[in-house]
Amino acid sequence: MSARSATVPGMGMLRETGKLFALGLDIGRGIFQRPFQLREFIQQAWFIASVTILPTALVAIPFGAIISLQFGSLASQLGAESYTGAGSVLATVQQAAPLVTALLVAGAGGSAICADIGARTIREEIDAMEVLGVSAVQRLIVPRVLACMLVAILLNGMVSVIGVLGGYFFNVVLQDGTPGAYLASFSALAQLPDLWVGELKALIFGFLAAVVAAYRGLHPPPGPKGVGDAVNQSVVITFLLLFVVNVVITLIYLQLVPPKLG
Amino acid sequence: MAVGTSVQVRTAGRTAGTGGAPAAAAEPLREGAMGAEVVIEGLTKSFGKQAIWRDVTLNLPPGEVSVMLGPSGTGKSVFLKSMIGLLKPDSGKCEINGVDIARCSERKLYETRKLFGVLFQDGALFGSMNLYDNVAFPLREHTKKSETEIRKIVLEKLELTGLSGAEDKLPGEISGGMRKRAGLARALVLDPEIILCDEPDSGLDPVRTAYLSQLLIDLNAQIDATILIVTHNINLARTVPDNIGMLFRKELVMFGPREVLLTSDEPVVEQFLNGRRLGPIGMSEEKDSAQMALEQEQADAGHHDGSTEDVRGIVPQLQPTPGLPVRQGAVRRKDRVVQILHTLPEPAREGIIASLTPEERRHYGIPEPAVTAGGLTPAHRGNLPAGEVADLPGAHAWPGGEQSAQTRPLRPRRGGA
Repeated sequence: MSARSATVPGMGMLRETGKLFALGLDIGRGIFQRPFQLREFIQQAWFIASVTILPTALVAIPFGAIISLQFGSLASQLGAESYTGAGSVLATVQQAAPLVTALLVAGAGGSAICADIGARTIREEIDAMEVLGVSAVQRLIVPRVLACMLVAILLNGMVSVIGVLGGYFFNVVLQDGTPGAYLASFSALAQLPDLWVGELKALIFGFLAAVVAAYRGLHPPPGPKGVGDAVNQSVVITFLLLFVVNVVITLIYLQLVPPKLG
Repeated sequence: MAVGTSVQVRTAGRTAGTGGAPAAAAEPLREGAMGAEVVIEGLTKSFGKQAIWRDVTLNLPPGEVSVMLGPSGTGKSVFLKSMIGLLKPDSGKCEINGVDIARCSERKLYETRKLFGVLFQDGALFGSMNLYDNVAFPLREHTKKSETEIRKIVLEKLELTGLSGAEDKLPGEISGGMRKRAGLARALVLDPEIILCDEPDSGLDPVRTAYLSQLLIDLNAQIDATILIVTHNINLARTVPDNIGMLFRKELVMFGPREVLLTSDEPVVEQFLNGRRLGPIGMSEEKDSAQMALEQEQADAGHHDGSTEDVRGIVPQLQPTPGLPVRQGAVRRKDRVVQILHTLPEPAREGIIASLTPEERRHYGIPEPAVTAGGLTPAHRGNLPAGEVADLPGAHAWPGGEQSAQTRPLRPRRGGA
C-alpha cells in the first residue's frame, strides 16, 4: 500500500524503515508499562527456547570446530601454534556465538513469532484486541521481544561454551595441539569485555529479530499467502540487519576496548 | 417467525433475569445512563489515491439503533474501523462522548474504546483460547472482578447468545454462526455503551439472523446502548433500526429516520432495497449510462430484472420481547423525530404519524388525519433534544433528473464505455 503511494523511488523503503523504528520505540516504551504480561513472557520464552536449543547446540559444535581447525592450521603454518587457543576462543565468543544464536533465534523463533502474529492480524484478532482497549504491542509483542532477548542471551552462553569445548577438542585431539598452550594463550589474550560484548550482541540481535518479526507480522501483505511472504521477508531482513549491526558493534568495540597485549 | 422469535428469546431473557440477577445488581451505574452519542463530521478516508468515502457527516443519537447500508465495496467496514480508531481518517472528526477518536491521545483512545462492543465479520475470536476465555478476556483485562464473578457474567452472556455448553470449544472447532455469536457475547461482556456490528447476518441463516436481530433490540432495551449495524441485509434494515443510512459512490447518500429511507424514491436507494439490476448500482460499483439504457431496454422487453416484489414502504419495527423494559432510545427518538417532522418528505411524515398511537398524537399535538406541515408546534413536556439530531442531506441530495450528470466527476474512468 505504502509502496504504491510512494512517488520517489526508495521512499517506500524509507517509510517501512521508519515504521519499523516506530514499532521499536513503541516496544521500548511498552516494556515499562504495567501490567507486565508475565505468563505470556514465560510461555513465549519457553516456546522459543524449545525450538532453538537443539539446533543451536548442533550448529555450535561444528562451528567451533571449523574456526578452531582453520585457525589452527593457519597458526601452525606461521609457527604460532601457541596462540591457537586465544584466536579460536575469541572468534567463537565474540563473533560466532552471537551470530549463530541470532540466526537461529531469527530463523526458528522469529519466523514462528511472525507467522503467529501475522495469522492473528489477518484474522482480525489484533484489531479485536485493540478494540477491546488492550494494546496488542504491550500484550503480545513486548513479551515476545523480551522472551527473544532472554533466550538469545542464554543461548549465547550455551553456544560459547559448546563452541569453545568443540574448538578445544578438535585442536587438541585432531591437530595435536597442546592443552596447556591452548589454555595459557586463552587467558593471555582473552579478557572479560570479550564475553560482555558477545552477550550484548546476542541481546541486541535477539531484540532485532523479534522486532522485525513482529513488524512483518503486524503488517503482512494481504491474504494467507501474505503471511507466508511476511515470514520469509522477516527472516531475510533480520539476517541482513544482523550482519550490518554486527559490523558496527565490532568496530565500536575495537575502538573502545584496548587489546590486552597493547 | 416473529412469534417463534419472541418465545425463544423470552426464555433466554427470563433465565437471564432470574439466574442472572447479579448482572442486574452489578450494573447500577448503567441505570438511567444512556448510550454514548456519536458525532461524525466531514469524515474522509482514502487509501493512497483511492478515495473510499468523503465528507461523511452523521450523528448516531444516543440509545438508538442505526443501520448503514451500501453495496459491497463501498467502504462500510472501513467506516466502522475508522469509528473505532483502527484506521486514521484523512480529515474530519468522530466524537464519542466528546472525545475525537481521530485525534485524541493513545491513552484516551484506549479508554474510549472500552465503551465499545464490536462484532467483527468473522467474530475475530482469539484462536488460541476457548470460548470461555475469549468471552472472559475483556473482564480479566479491564476489571478487577474475581473469577467467580467473571464466571457468572461469562456464562450468562454465553447463554444469551445460545452457546451454553460450548465454553470449552476452540474457535476453530465451531461453525461460523457460532463464532459470530461468541464474538457478540465477547462484545457484550463489558456492557458497552456503543455496539458496532459488522455484517451480523453474513454467514447466518435467515432464522438465526432473525434471532440475532431480536437479541440486538432486546439488548438495546436492557442496556440502552447506541447500536450501529453495517449490513446489506434488506430484511434486517427494514425491521430493526430507528435510523438508516446508505453509502454509495464514495458519499453518504442519506442518513435519517428509517421512514425516510424506506419510502425514498432515490433511484439508488430504491434499487438497493428491491435488489434489482435496474438502477445506478452495477456489478462493479458504478454503471455507465449506455449500460443503464441497455438494461432498461431489456427490462422493457420483458427481461427479468432480478427483483421479487416492491418492498419499499414502512413495515412495523421490531419490538423488544414482551416483559422487557421500553426502549428508552425509541422514546427519545419519537420526540426527536416529531420535532423535525416538518422537514421530512411527505411519505416519511405520513409513515411516522401512522406509527404514533392516538395518545401520542394528542401528546405531540398532531391532528388525527393527514398533518399540515410547517405550523407544527408540538406541545411536549420534558427535555427535548435541541437541534435536528439526524442530519438530512441537503447539498448532497440527488436532484432526480440531473443525477447522473451531477455525479459524473466522481467517477474514475478507466477505458472507454
